[in-house]
Amino acid sequence: MLLIPCPYCGERPENEFRYGGEAHIARPDDPAAVSDAAWGAFLYERTNPKGWHRERWRHVHGCGKFFNAVRHTVTDRIAATYKVGEIAPEFPR
Amino acid sequence: MKFSAFSLVRNALTGNTAWPEQWRSPPPRNTYDVVIVGAGGHGLATAYYLAKEHGIRRVAVIERGWLGGGNTGRNTTIIRSNYLWNESAALYEHAVKLWETLARELNYNVMYSPRGVMMLAHNVHDEQVLKRHIHANRLNGIDNEWLTPEQAKAFCAPLNIGRDIRYPVTGAALQRRGGTARHDAVAWGFARAASAMGVDIIQNCEVTGITRDPHGRVRAVETSLGRVATRKVGVVAAGHTSVVMAMAAVRMPLESYPLQALVSEPVKPCFPCVVMSNTIHAYISQSDKGELVIGAGTDAYTSYSQTGGLHISAHTLDAICELFPHFRRMRMLRNWGGIVDVTPDRSPIVGKTPVAGLYVNCGWGTGGFKATPGSGNVFAATIARDEPHPIAAPFSLDRFRTGRLIDEAAAAAVAH
Repeated sequence: MLLIPCPYCGERPENEFRYGGEAHIARPDDPAAVSDAAWGAFLYERTNPKGWHRERWRHVHGCGKFFNAVRHTVTDRIAATYKVGEIAPEFPR
Repeated sequence: MKFSAFSLVRNALTGNTAWPEQWRSPPPRNTYDVVIVGAGGHGLATAYYLAKEHGIRRVAVIERGWLGGGNTGRNTTIIRSNYLWNESAALYEHAVKLWETLARELNYNVMYSPRGVMMLAHNVHDEQVLKRHIHANRLNGIDNEWLTPEQAKAFCAPLNIGRDIRYPVTGAALQRRGGTARHDAVAWGFARAASAMGVDIIQNCEVTGITRDPHGRVRAVETSLGRVATRKVGVVAAGHTSVVMAMAAVRMPLESYPLQALVSEPVKPCFPCVVMSNTIHAYISQSDKGELVIGAGTDAYTSYSQTGGLHISAHTLDAICELFPHFRRMRMLRNWGGIVDVTPDRSPIVGKTPVAGLYVNCGWGTGGFKATPGSGNVFAATIARDEPHPIAAPFSLDRFRTGRLIDEAAAAAVAH
């Protein structure tokens, strides 16, 4: 079980959280104006990297807030968490 | 060499020292007609059917690790075809029909055992969903029947149908033709049969790039053993599909999760069938070695770690202990994780890609083993003819643009 540092509440066990998938995927401003391919890409295509990943989490059994994390998908190590709206940190080297 | 009673006796007389290698391990040639990336069950089956049904024998199966070492060797070996939608039913039933004659066809005992797959209902909603499946299956000519709790107990004696447990069994759907097969033997049998027809199986060779010509068509794959020229590449890389497809700049509608399984200490035969409960997340059968084979769930987050959290498997054991109280004192021997590639609609992707000469067979998620021969069969036809096999056609990558999803996620007999 992961220990996840919520930027509002501090470190808490994984089962207090819900996973929100890849972060920084922006919904098109005008969905009616984009092509089917672009809309499909927004809905479904994901980077799914083997390595560092920026992703959303929600502290559902805590503060209830969404936030973002930088996690390595092989080691599951979390390098940083940051609030929605903050500039995404670089991947660790 | 053909396996037979005669070959068994002859090799026994020579102390079983003269058995030949089951498949060749050649160095890669410079050029192939088709390169398959990934030597799991699906990839090896694809190569086998390319050679057998389409006469394409200059085929290489390139594998980063060892043959059948990914999800093929990590799954819980359940076979069934009781899917809801017509498209899925056609695909999985195609596979079950191939399973029924596979051992004879390959001259290799894949230990296909149609011992029955029973899916439990625990509440009114489960009953409605399972009965809907039964009706849909029967319209598609697929066997599936409703059992009362007492009938379920008669079919599977260890089952606890007491009304006083947390999630009492209120009924079950039984597909008698469902069952299990020996996962390793499936990979070995396909590898042996494909190799005998000229397919080169190249293990410990990592694909590092996909090279394209100025028109964008596939020209070669770059590997850790050098460049291999080919006009057709079939990617069958399961959990690592997104990574391989990124080499051709194709973004996939996939997320990779660790899925866990575990086995108990081996005991004498005590469990006659496969029992699944999607509601309380328990999947159990007994292998011929005597181990209880138990499937658990996926982690909540994407990962390539091949482990998975202990709380996930503990949750499944809670359910097993409630449904089968006499297993409470059994010890678990091993648990492990496999990386499964999950699509948004929980149906696989089998077909062409935006890149000419590049084909993909992926997205089987938590339930690909059952489809192994059918998947290889329709994917081989798709590669050979450069057009989707009729059964594979609905499972195109393009459905995520058109919106024609095959939604087996909420309604299906699959665990997510």
